[in-house]
Amino acid sequence: MKDVDDKFLKNPDTEVPLREELRPRKVTTPDGQEIDIDPLRDYFCEAKPKVHPKAYSKIVEDFYNWARANSLWILGFGTGCGAIEMRPLMTPRFDAYRYGIQWRPTPRQANLLVISGYLSVKTLKRAIRAYEQMPQPKYVMGLGSCTINGGMYWDSYNTIKRLDDYLPVDMYVAGCMPRPEALLHGFMELKRVIKEGKGEGANLYAENFDQYKANQKAVIRDWDMPDYNW
Amino acid sequence: MTAFPNFEWVQIAYALLTLFIVINYGMVMTAVVRKIGARVGGRYGIPVWQNYVDLLKNIALRSKISHGVMYYLGPVFRLTGGVGLLMFVPTIYGSEWHQNFSYAGDLILALYFVFFGTLGMALGAGESGHPHSAIGVSRGLAQVTMAELPLALGVFALSLQYQTLDITEIVAAQQGSIFNWTVFTNPLATVAAMVAFVGTMMRSPFDVAMAPQEIPIGPPTEYHSSYLALMQTNRVLFPVAKTVIYMNLFFGGATSWAEFAIKVFCLYMISVVIGVVHPRFRVEQSIRFFLKWGLPIGVLSILVV
Repeated sequence: MKDVDDKFLKNPDTEVPLREELRPRKVTTPDGQEIDIDPLRDYFCEAKPKVHPKAYSKIVEDFYNWARANSLWILGFGTGCGAIEMRPLMTPRFDAYRYGIQWRPTPRQANLLVISGYLSVKTLKRAIRAYEQMPQPKYVMGLGSCTINGGMYWDSYNTIKRLDDYLPVDMYVAGCMPRPEALLHGFMELKRVIKEGKGEGANLYAENFDQYKANQKAVIRDWDMPDYNW
Repeated sequence: MTAFPNFEWVQIAYALLTLFIVINYGMVMTAVVRKIGARVGGRYGIPVWQNYVDLLKNIALRSKISHGVMYYLGPVFRLTGGVGLLMFVPTIYGSEWHQNFSYAGDLILALYFVFFGTLGMALGAGESGHPHSAIGVSRGLAQVTMAELPLALGVFALSLQYQTLDITEIVAAQQGSIFNWTVFTNPLATVAAMVAFVGTMMRSPFDVAMAPQEIPIGPPTEYHSSYLALMQTNRVLFPVAKTVIYMNLFFGGATSWAEFAIKVFCLYMISVVIGVVHPRFRVEQSIRFFLKWGLPIGVLSILVV
């Protein structure tokens, strides 16, 4: 896997210092005890992601994949202009619920992360955290040309160009912006991919974890979180 | 004389059958209710089997983490609350099969089980360490505690009226005519308990603890995969089990599964209809509502009896 964002300003010489509240320090508790706290280690699990094998039997795995395809829970997370294209899917006109597609407010219960447009570096950080908190198997959908090649933000100073370098994308929906119909078609295609057993983006992410992290850290200068936010 | 004079081993099998029927009924009914809501809004709505697919999907998820023992036990307790509630209440009156483990004092036990799941959830969600869970649980507990007051008063009024704590006897006293139902013989107690019913069904206007639009989404924020599947099972089982109690106490019970299905659906729709026309209460508003309306009616019902 090669990083194509070679025009992006990378490996800057200046190092961004850790924010004060995230530095390790000593704290005195109300009853006078002195304790060491390290916010980055205390609150997060640092274990690397694992590659999860498929179910032992093919019939069972196919059955599971059918269930996964027919119960896509989308993380309610919107970036860029595409967030406004997702809302009509809940309305009577498009009604994505009839396809088993629902929106969940927490990444722990979501299976599908829709990156709905351009990603600024600041948002990329949040998208990575949200993605890593989702349980396996999980899928990523890139919406609009901004996620494919940068689109109209090709020469922007703070948006990434190719989403696939930073998160494993299962399905792209092209357009600027794609209409809700295109989005629905994308969901149907994603269902087909999942049913065929090819929706293994999470395992891809775990296998190429070091490469993905290198790419992510190349653009996110103030990396103030653990390597894996699970 | 043995310790349990009326117990036979086959009752366990019968009770499991009841549980199986009620879970499936709850799965389909909640989906149908959502579909009705969608149709009212002009949407097509989810397929009626969607609940099963979601459940299977959650069980099929590959990675799961635990935040500790209580985190693991939280959904288990929650489901225990639902199952226990159903197990100790006669589901179908007069049926040998679906009598479950009801006994002379089951009314008190039922009151306890209504609360049990919420308490278990409080412990589990507390350990997940997510601030949203802790806030959601404290809101939920405050609300359920207040809703419990009119329910308890209404139930006490009922046990005074019928001079018993046995749900089967209460149902037996209501047989014969529709005017023997408690809703006609003791309307005050019924109203007091229905206030609590609407208040604990986790529907608008009393869904501040769980609503996705509030702090997302309250107690289950950290729950996923199989943990969430357990809670989903409870989400379909618990409202039905609770409705069964109300049906037994106030609406004459059910003598067949058909009567059961219709009565539970109608009772459930009460909370749904109230939910769609009322905006959500904040916690202090709902507590004030229970204290201002539920509690006086409950006290009055006891005084009248």
